[in-house]
Amino acid sequence: MSEVIQDSKIAKFQERLTKTTLGINGDVLAAAQNTLATLDFPTTRVERWKYTRVAKIANKTFTAARGSASVLNLPVKDAQTIVFVNGFYDAALSSTEGQAGVTVQPLSANVATEFIGKNLRTDNNVFAALNTVYATDGAYVHISAKTVVEKPIQIVHVLTGDNTIANLRNVIVAEKFSQAEIVQVFLSENATESFANNVTEVFVEENAKLNIEKLQNEAENNFHISNEHVKQAKSSHFTINSITLNGGLVRNELFIDVEGENCDTHLNGTYVLKGSQQVDNYTTVDHLFPHCESNEMYKGVMDENSTAVFNGKVFVRPQAQKINAYQSNGNVLLSDSASVNSKPELEIYADDVKCSHGSTTGQLDEEAIYYLRARGISEKSAKALMVTAFIGDVIDRVENEEVVNYIHEQLHSRFGWDF
Amino acid sequence: MIKIQNLHANIDGKEILKGLNLEVKAGEVHAIMGPNGAGKSTLASVLAGREEFEVTEGSVDFEGTNLLELSTEDRAREGLFLAFQYPVEIPGVSNINFLRTALNEIREHRGQEPVSAKEFMAMVKEKSALVELDAKLANRSVNEGFSGGEKKRNEIFQMAMLEPKLAILDETDSGLDIDALRIVAGGVNTLKSDKNATIVITHYQRLLDYIVPDFVHVLYNGRIVKSGPKELALELEEKGYDWIKAELGE
Repeated sequence: MSEVIQDSKIAKFQERLTKTTLGINGDVLAAAQNTLATLDFPTTRVERWKYTRVAKIANKTFTAARGSASVLNLPVKDAQTIVFVNGFYDAALSSTEGQAGVTVQPLSANVATEFIGKNLRTDNNVFAALNTVYATDGAYVHISAKTVVEKPIQIVHVLTGDNTIANLRNVIVAEKFSQAEIVQVFLSENATESFANNVTEVFVEENAKLNIEKLQNEAENNFHISNEHVKQAKSSHFTINSITLNGGLVRNELFIDVEGENCDTHLNGTYVLKGSQQVDNYTTVDHLFPHCESNEMYKGVMDENSTAVFNGKVFVRPQAQKINAYQSNGNVLLSDSASVNSKPELEIYADDVKCSHGSTTGQLDEEAIYYLRARGISEKSAKALMVTAFIGDVIDRVENEEVVNYIHEQLHSRFGWDF
Repeated sequence: MIKIQNLHANIDGKEILKGLNLEVKAGEVHAIMGPNGAGKSTLASVLAGREEFEVTEGSVDFEGTNLLELSTEDRAREGLFLAFQYPVEIPGVSNINFLRTALNEIREHRGQEPVSAKEFMAMVKEKSALVELDAKLANRSVNEGFSGGEKKRNEIFQMAMLEPKLAILDETDSGLDIDALRIVAGGVNTLKSDKNATIVITHYQRLLDYIVPDFVHVLYNGRIVKSGPKELALELEEKGYDWIKAELGE
């Protein structure tokens, strides 16, 4: 039992927050509360937080205030959509029409209590602990065995207001042999210095196929921390594409435990930054069983004073033979003051595996830009052509055409790029 | 069409062009030959606007404009085309996408409407046939995985698509076998008209059997030291560059 800290920043942080009314298991809550009593916000002296200064968040007092939003532009027009504003369910903006065998409900309907906290360990994770103790609401998506979901399920969160904190908690369960696509969209409307603290727990059961397209698009003066904890059972397929289009300080912690043989895991991401944005992606894939494959590709483009972090960990445990695990991270810096920290990590304990990792960071090829200009293309258009080609690789992995169009549209309006 | 007067250019402090004079009129084909290091590629780079080269003296008048004052892209938009000796590969950027962007930026510069998708694809089909470039290659990334011959044919394909006033071919024949050479030359000859002009920079006389020049110039030590009709190329091939050096009294 660690020492209880006195006068911590985190104690002050919690002053204006209300404890959760969701039916969360007592032990889960206790563990989270213990973390908040014995740990403070991480400083840059903690290895995992070496590159992320959380002072912007830690030093503020946020309130969990309700808000209203209009959400006019959603990526998927024909989807089963559930909307949360500042972490509270908004029934009016959500569509209740669904398919048999598909449950899409807010957690506040007193559902999913046996799942909340099952995947997530809050021991060293202050933000996940905060979310657990103060969670207001979130989506519960449960797909019954053998159900093939026809329309995408769209989970929308909108951050609004000044200094608002939204502790959104989501649970996604894909039962045996089910197939579904989920689009998670994070937006903001008239939000300033607000903070979306998101936790999503995902259970992919045997032979299930689940695709998650995650779009982060909160305005540049807001913060977003996401903890995604996924467990895959044998013979399942799981893909998550994390597309970060905006956000002042964004940190994604993605944990995937591959707990069965014959699984397929795909994690792709792209982050496109300018101004003084910072986007950190920490991913962990843990291969616990043999005969599985994981494939990871993250690509980033940093302009102006922006900075990014990519830390990809892959564990292959001693009993996990015949694993194919591939990881690559590519970064393009468009300005002299942009920077990136890329740290691929492979910890391999089995001896009959194929694993690779690669990281590249550089500028756009000057010779190529000159060639394009020599054909009459302006320098700006030449750079746009090359950048879109670079991240196109990741965007190509998004299967939903409406989501791809939304991404193109957003990048066009923010950077002036055409695809 | 283009009048180069007393052009001096250097790179990294070393002077390469030392007072080059050249005049090319519409409808003409000029060949520029010379030993290695004479300044042939430098001339091409300077005309295309390569920023590593510094022009210290002289002028270049291109169709009434001061070429040296224009950016690289504006020179292309004014109708200058350089077929590179070593075309660069640009993975991920499709040939089609790149050409359409270029064509439309040139058209915008000339106050014309952008090309329609239908019109553009018809152009691609027609022009790629000119250099026997498989339509499949048109969909690939710019020069990625192309053989040497395919890269050179791709340069001429682009030339056919962009319809420049002045084309500068920088050692287009280097590394080509006789078949590729024939196709490239055939493309260039088909595109020739009395409204455009071509400067062919080459080290070997062989190309000039196919692209017959009106004038041949010898570039030596940064200047044009000898000019003549197409027979000069044959004489040069026979006697070698030492003959030129002897003539200059070296």
